[in-house]
Amino acid sequence: MTWTWFHRLASPPYIYALAARLTPWFAWPAGLCILAGLWGGLVLAPPDYQQGDGFRILYVHAPSAWMSLMVYTTMAIAAAIGLIWRMKVAHAVAASCAPIGASFTFAALVTGALWGEPMWGTYWEWDPRLTSELVLLFLYLGYMGLRAGIEDPQRADRASAVLAVVGVVNVPIIHYSVTWWNSLHQAPSVMRLAKPAMPLAMVTPLLLMLLGFTLLFVALLLTRLRGEVLARERAASWIREVVSA
Amino acid sequence: MSSSESHAAHALGPVAASAARTEEGAPAARPTSAVEAARLALLRDLQLAFRKRSQLVQPLAFFAMVTLLFPLAISPELARLRELAPGVLWVAALLASLLALEFLFRDDAHDGTLEQYALSGQSLTALMFAKTLAHWLLTGLPLAVMAPLAALSLGVAPAALPGIVVAVAVGSVTLSLIGSIGAALTLGIKRSGALLSLLTLPLSLPVLIFGARATQLAIHGAPFLAPLELLGALAVLGITLAPLAAAAAVRISLE
Amino acid sequence: MREFFDMGGYAAFVWPAYAVTLAVVVLNIVWARQALARSREEARRRLKMHGETR
Repeated sequence: MTWTWFHRLASPPYIYALAARLTPWFAWPAGLCILAGLWGGLVLAPPDYQQGDGFRILYVHAPSAWMSLMVYTTMAIAAAIGLIWRMKVAHAVAASCAPIGASFTFAALVTGALWGEPMWGTYWEWDPRLTSELVLLFLYLGYMGLRAGIEDPQRADRASAVLAVVGVVNVPIIHYSVTWWNSLHQAPSVMRLAKPAMPLAMVTPLLLMLLGFTLLFVALLLTRLRGEVLARERAASWIREVVSA
Repeated sequence: MSSSESHAAHALGPVAASAARTEEGAPAARPTSAVEAARLALLRDLQLAFRKRSQLVQPLAFFAMVTLLFPLAISPELARLRELAPGVLWVAALLASLLALEFLFRDDAHDGTLEQYALSGQSLTALMFAKTLAHWLLTGLPLAVMAPLAALSLGVAPAALPGIVVAVAVGSVTLSLIGSIGAALTLGIKRSGALLSLLTLPLSLPVLIFGARATQLAIHGAPFLAPLELLGALAVLGITLAPLAAAAAVRISLE
Repeated sequence: MREFFDMGGYAAFVWPAYAVTLAVVVLNIVWARQALARSREEARRRLKMHGETR
């Protein structure tokens, strides 16, 4: 039973139609969550005891950083699936992830720098988390560069998949670097669900933003996926109906 | 060229033909083990490299040149240079090792040896390990020998030199391993130098960080075992995983 | 209202941060839709070529 579902997912026309149908179901809730999160974060949440209103950068920095890691992990998993089961759709998913992940990594670095300057007196420090986040950006760029540099689409898919999988070691390094090394970054405070260190009025907008960005990612992924799937089909008949619609 | 080709083919023979043949009752020679095939590939690479000794010198000359640039560009004061020495040494070593990566697969991809390796039925992972080991012996190890000379020219005290040799020797193992993955992925791509750097450098950063740290501690006479152990751990991790990834990458590039 | 835009003195950091993030979000949406449109155009062209050579 479950295998038919899996095999259906591998079918390009099915995926194309499914992606088109699902996109609005992620796009609109994403917009709502983000708007609600912005309202809660900018207006409703009380100023922080130490950082005053400056801490509100959290509501754009944390979701961006979350996206940079989550998207890479998704890309690496899709790449691995594509390599192991030779699924074109999986490679299409991986290809769709890269530009999204790269841009949010950039956002995470910039918002982090803007947060760091007033709070800790420096735009940049070569501490492990910042450095490995920068490395993550280069990994994304290398992935996209490798894809662009290889002409044969199949070889491009598989070579960049190997790169994505090799680079995934960086993700736990970024995540755990704050606990392994004491440095500029603060220890994780949201993840302690038992007794969150932040008051509810501060945590809720953050969770909304995280959820909103995640939903946004899915919507963006589905949109790009359709294009990637189309590009991998030579001149299959199902394209005819889809494209002239 | 023909004599080296035939010699190459001669050394290649046992490797390429080592899949045991048992069809039509042809006597299967004792099948070559993966270790034996790796040993043969290693010897072959070393022998071929010694024929083109001038090529071996290039990364070393580059390393020397880069280290020379810093005193000229920044300051001839030895005290100043001594502070910069860890960074200078490791950046130069990293760049030199990047330069040397060009030689890892180029000739073999060109004359079809790499395809023979992939088709031979031997463990491509073992062969990749052998090639990377040869590469390290030919470039990384000489870099480790040259590093103390460069360090001396940057005002480093002789007492720190053994630590530097060890750190560069261990670190360059990982650099060769990571580089082999990038080189395999970019096989046959024209003018792949910049792309190869973009792929290899991010993954090489931990080596740079720990290597420079170990060197810095050695220069100040402090115990440097901790970063050295981390360098060692990275090398072990690399030895376990990199040849596998490189083999996969080679197969993909040859498809 | 003034207080809101002032962000307790951190305005020079908070608002650019939000602006950059918003720009990245919008860019992603535009970019994704453009990529899809381009792929559809490519597919249409490929179909036409195949149709004519048949």
